[in-house]
Amino acid sequence: MKSWDAIVVGAGHNGLVNACYLQRAGLDVLVVEKNEWVGGAAVSRSLTPGFLYSNCSYVCSLFRPEIMRDLELPKFGLQVISYEGGAVFTRDGDYLANYRDHHAHRREFARFSRKDAEAYDRYARDVTRQCRFIQPLLMRTAPDPTSLKPRDIGELLYLGRKFAGLGAREMADTLRFWTMSISDFLDEYFETDVIKANFALSGIIGTALGPMSPGTAYVLLHHYMGEVDGSVGAWGYARGGMGAITKALADSFRASGGTIRTEAEVERILVGNGRAGGVVLAGGEEVRAKLVVSNADVKRTFLKFVEEKELPDIFLRRVKNFRMRGSSGKVNIALDSMPEFPALPPDSPCLRADMHFTDSVERMERAYDDWKAGRWSADPFLDMVIPTTLDPTMAPPGKHFMSCFVQYCPPKVEGRDWTDADRDAFGETVISQIADYSPGFRDRIVHMEIRTPRELEAEVGLTEGNIFQGELTFDQLLFNRPVPGYAQYRSPIGGLYICGSSTHPGGGVMGAPGRNAATEILRDLKRGVKHMSPAHDVI
Amino acid sequence: MRHFDGKCLSTRRALQPHFRKLKLDSPFQPRLDALNLQQAWYDWAGYKAPSALWDEELEYFAIRSQAAVFDISPMVKYRIEGEDAEAFLDRLTLRDVTKLKPGRVHYTAWCDDDGFVLDDGTLFRLSPTRFRLCCQERHLPWLLDSAPGFEVEIEEETETVAGLALQGPTSWSVLNAAGFAGSEKLKPFDIASFPHADGEVTISRTGFTGDLGYELFVDAKNALPLWDRLFEAGKLFGVRAIGYHALNTARIEAGLIVANADFVTAEHAIRQDRVRMPDEIGLGFMVDLKKPGYFNGRHAIENARKKGGPAHVLVGLEIEGNVPAEHAIVYHRKTREVGLVSAAIWSPLAKRNIAIVSLQRDYGKDGTADLWVEIYAMRELQYVRLMKRAKVVPRPFVKLDRRAATPPGAF
Amino acid sequence: MTSFDAIVIGGGHNGLVCASFLARSGRKVLVLEAESEVGGAGRGLEFAPGFRVSMAHLLNRLHPEIIRVLELEKHGFAPPMAVASGSTPTPNPSPQGGGGLAAVRLPQDLDKFEQEAATSSPSPLRGGVRGGGTSLAPNVVLSANADPLVLTGAYGETLDGISPAGAREWAEVRAQLFRYAGILKPLLARRPPALGGMALAETAALAITGLSLKRLGKEDMRDFLRVLLMNVADFVDEGLSDDRLKGLLAFDAVLGSHLGPRSPTSLLGLYYRLTGEIGGLPGAQLQPPGGMGAVMAALRKATERAGAAIRTGSAVGRILVENGRAAGVALADGEEIRAATVISAANPRTTFVDLVGSRHLDTGFVRRVQNIRMKGHAAKLHLALDRAPEFLGLPPEHRRGRLVIAPSTDYVEFAFNPSKYGEFSPEPAMEITLPSLDDPSLAPVGACVLSATVLYAPYALKEGWESGKPKLLEAILLVLERHAPGLRKTILHSELLTPVDIEQRYRMPGGHWHHGELQADQMLMSRPVFGAEGYDTPIDGLFLAGAGSHPGGGISGVPGMNAAKRILGMKA
Repeated sequence: MKSWDAIVVGAGHNGLVNACYLQRAGLDVLVVEKNEWVGGAAVSRSLTPGFLYSNCSYVCSLFRPEIMRDLELPKFGLQVISYEGGAVFTRDGDYLANYRDHHAHRREFARFSRKDAEAYDRYARDVTRQCRFIQPLLMRTAPDPTSLKPRDIGELLYLGRKFAGLGAREMADTLRFWTMSISDFLDEYFETDVIKANFALSGIIGTALGPMSPGTAYVLLHHYMGEVDGSVGAWGYARGGMGAITKALADSFRASGGTIRTEAEVERILVGNGRAGGVVLAGGEEVRAKLVVSNADVKRTFLKFVEEKELPDIFLRRVKNFRMRGSSGKVNIALDSMPEFPALPPDSPCLRADMHFTDSVERMERAYDDWKAGRWSADPFLDMVIPTTLDPTMAPPGKHFMSCFVQYCPPKVEGRDWTDADRDAFGETVISQIADYSPGFRDRIVHMEIRTPRELEAEVGLTEGNIFQGELTFDQLLFNRPVPGYAQYRSPIGGLYICGSSTHPGGGVMGAPGRNAATEILRDLKRGVKHMSPAHDVI
Repeated sequence: MRHFDGKCLSTRRALQPHFRKLKLDSPFQPRLDALNLQQAWYDWAGYKAPSALWDEELEYFAIRSQAAVFDISPMVKYRIEGEDAEAFLDRLTLRDVTKLKPGRVHYTAWCDDDGFVLDDGTLFRLSPTRFRLCCQERHLPWLLDSAPGFEVEIEEETETVAGLALQGPTSWSVLNAAGFAGSEKLKPFDIASFPHADGEVTISRTGFTGDLGYELFVDAKNALPLWDRLFEAGKLFGVRAIGYHALNTARIEAGLIVANADFVTAEHAIRQDRVRMPDEIGLGFMVDLKKPGYFNGRHAIENARKKGGPAHVLVGLEIEGNVPAEHAIVYHRKTREVGLVSAAIWSPLAKRNIAIVSLQRDYGKDGTADLWVEIYAMRELQYVRLMKRAKVVPRPFVKLDRRAATPPGAF
Repeated sequence: MTSFDAIVIGGGHNGLVCASFLARSGRKVLVLEAESEVGGAGRGLEFAPGFRVSMAHLLNRLHPEIIRVLELEKHGFAPPMAVASGSTPTPNPSPQGGGGLAAVRLPQDLDKFEQEAATSSPSPLRGGVRGGGTSLAPNVVLSANADPLVLTGAYGETLDGISPAGAREWAEVRAQLFRYAGILKPLLARRPPALGGMALAETAALAITGLSLKRLGKEDMRDFLRVLLMNVADFVDEGLSDDRLKGLLAFDAVLGSHLGPRSPTSLLGLYYRLTGEIGGLPGAQLQPPGGMGAVMAALRKATERAGAAIRTGSAVGRILVENGRAAGVALADGEEIRAATVISAANPRTTFVDLVGSRHLDTGFVRRVQNIRMKGHAAKLHLALDRAPEFLGLPPEHRRGRLVIAPSTDYVEFAFNPSKYGEFSPEPAMEITLPSLDDPSLAPVGACVLSATVLYAPYALKEGWESGKPKLLEAILLVLERHAPGLRKTILHSELLTPVDIEQRYRMPGGHWHHGELQADQMLMSRPVFGAEGYDTPIDGLFLAGAGSHPGGGISGVPGMNAAKRILGMKA
């Protein structure tokens, strides 16, 4: 029976990134994927004729350019298109836009408050400083603060030096920034509600926290530290939908000799004598390998694929305590014509970018209160984009694909499982919010896909439907991610690694966990990493 | 003090279409458009401003030989008014505002808590309780956050007040011919008001050229008549409109610095080692430690001086040869990197190759350090690398007697 | 006219402590208090004829060094000193076994943990021992769905009313909490570590913290780092199953701050609470005899005995600043008193914005001061009752404890929700004491004082407190009536202090007893703000010594003591 050098469980973007790097290092790698398509949460799916849905993740910024380049993704068809900043509609019929032109941006904010318009410069400076501090950490393995190994001490010193290099004032600011709520943070710059809401949304997307929860200022960075072609903080669409990223990865993988098996669901990871030796697929087939890398989240990997007896108690306890409560849903809509938003001038560039209807931090926080009570938000926060305004490949001419990311949406409804009726009611909440700002909206709908955490878990395999494979709170970041003592992509089982967003640096279609895990694996195998280009400089 | 400008929906709505025009027009736009044969524009604080109108070299000579008109409307302007305006500005800025008499202007700068320069600019004292602060960057949040405890009103008036710089040897003659009687009495940094159209024009003997010159401020609605009045009167005195390139040449000759060109303002510096104290950019003379009150950054500046002074100095450099050294690296003994050129030209007036540079302090002493400038001159798709000897020289690079002569000469 | 070396603004406990320490070192000190009586929020007030109460009603963190150095026992604050002075402890009568369940003793190894956590020697006050007339107050969690849960001793050394399994869980969690709180204790007791250019002596707090962290062992250290900034709700869910215990911990973690149990970092609030100690027992609490007013009276005596002068009825209008140095103060009536050192135990914003004035300060600094979050979220209820109330299922002897209505984490969380939007909790959480049970002098014979701290009551109530106050009172009484049926009929008089009332009565902006939110971003070197951390200020000769400074509020006296040490250390 063939024994692979490595099996990667799950063909999500991190699994594929990992597999590509291992394959290119000369390993014989098999990727097994339970769905009949690859991509995990970065997919383009045709669910109604003529339309492609980015039905999970929907915009691109965080994906590391180093990876695109190493794995030659442009050659395999990946193209990322930048878009203009978006808009927040206000309930009084106005809107707040974010324009790329610096002065247009200022003048737009000045419609609401001149002071806020100018405070933006200081805000941008301070957030940029935080981004620059965190960016170099993305492509590095987090040190273990309890370890005395030279490498961990070296990494800790690196962190320490970086921190000390900030100067006393900035050190204090950084410590505050990491522990503040986005709402409190914004209060120190801005006075206008809609302007605060405009920025606060980046502090909550994907998290099970409200804008008033401490720690959400940090989450902001997870949406700001990306880039499109060196323009830090910019967002773009992957041409052909988010599946274009994973399709390019899969093609790159195959081109370098890798093998992908779809419709191959892993039931169990084979463990013998404390070492992983392969996987057992649903149906009982055993596939052997010298090592196994799991792209699945930490809970699925260790609580589902591995028997409890193989794991130390303390590790098991920490994995069980790892929090990955789903907080968001998704509504994907095929439209037979471009919707109108009377509040926006018809030639507004905002139509080609992200649009929002939550015009105050309070509304955002109240939406979170519903989630805490186990309900989906009655007045949800929507991040809505129409990628077909810039990408003609996703719908027939004149028709449009609309993606609505919805927050908040609980993993269970008041403690019980979701039903189809719940799901439809949730979808209706979203549609009616859009229809409030877009007359005739319902009539344009050709097809609609509603996804709650239930669907995300069932299809993508994200436990509790958490899109980051684990919440981004301090107790689950850096050397605590996913659990203390195992933040370096290894596990208590020899030859078993994890490479998904449950690991440092966390969620978003970033690819960094997959790459960092590959670095650690190749280090263990004493293989070279020359095929990995160094992390881009932050100068 | 809260500054909501857009509480009213209809006001906000009326402003929505601004996105269709990314560069604002100046109040003088019709005249500039008509004269801008080059159609060469640059972005000045969000305004469409001319970089050159017909020929940047010839425009320069208008400054030095006749009278040049440069539109300064995009310059950021604040009205600061109230019982405590003097005390407010005294705490805000480096110089002693109590010594600035009504009818006078001074060049000043202001710092953040750490003594790093936020901007430099001119402060006009229009009356005992009314000031105008002109500068490069916008500072409303800083000004408003500096205001608690002071009886003072702060309002940006960039859009409502139009400004023209009238510079050059015949500039007073133009004013005189335009009927601004009494303008001959203006000494450098004096201000006076003159009737114009249905209002008035404020004329100060200030400028950015090191030459005889004036700056005129007028309500935006009376801007075009002022332009026409000057150009009509100036016909015999060779008045010409100019763009920024010409002005820039003149200001480098005068040794004047520009925020975010020759130094990075503290509120915009992302890299924390890029900020500068007044002593580091040649503005140390403004720091008035004798004034009794506290001013922003005072502790930090005093402490830095106690600890041995600034890490950098901003100096004038004279470089061998005639190739401008813009953004070149400065070396000590051809090897050790000790500074950077922020602005450089061949000076038509001084006939010298000059530059404004930021140097590590120890290399900034007049004429003594063995300095070299590495110039990369692109010539037909090839860099010509020149290593040129340079020496620190006093600024301004040119000194014109006519700049300060009162009454001003006719030419 | 007498001249002074130092003037202390504010005669609250921190001001008094600071003045005492300075005076004991030979400084000539004047304390200026705006009210007619010193003691700040600890002073006793008659709120109804014959009924006295103070805003602060429990003592749980008065620093042992203060008790010792200021010899508070000589000045009438006997109970805890009975321990420190080495009086013979009386044997421990076993805790009362009320309700259906027997009292459960916790495992013995707990003592070991506590000894590590405590800075002073173990105390005979443990487990409800009476020492010198007062014993520790138990914690009682009242729940509508279950019998009350009684935690006796120092923060639940023994539990009454829980299953053995629940008690075992508690023993483990309690030990863990004290272990971790013990690590933070040196950080909270000393001057906060400076970020840039730290002097060797100032690294002490960090070094001790580092050492105790090392002593934890690898896995414990990992968990410590993991849970440090966690929310209390998730933390208690990991280790406990009893809702009442979870509710209590959740309540204690958020008491006094604008956080709900599910807010990240809320666990820090619990650590803060557990770093307090009484008589060497971490986590212990007591209702001082004579009320908190008596503690303040003892502090006043100690201050005067140390040689400091106290002037009451002397509100400071302005801090005199000359050439960037503090030169004294001007009273509201214009009188100027000069001194080279001025110490403000008042709120930092009051100090800088109102008393110093922004013209003497940097704009960025003022901006940070203005940004200190300090809107209070707790109301204080005082009821004059014609008899002691009876709580459902609670043996009467436990009424002398601290009764907490926080039956679950969610109860507290959902009480928190409305406060985010400027509304009070329709179902408030609260802690109740009946001080007159311990000290009958606080109420007429047979009558009873009920004192309750109520969450959440936002300072900036949207509808305004004029109309909101009676509604909140009604909401509180409904909750109280549920747990103590018939209580309403025994009310002779009620006083509800909203944060606005607290602000006015105690000169605490926002009605916030910590003088600024005690959250992670306003702690240590960011307390009250960067640039005024560690008791120094940008104005030479001006120091801070109030709850707004590190480590924070509560009747600890630590800010006052540390400020005095800082001042004395500088001159040395």
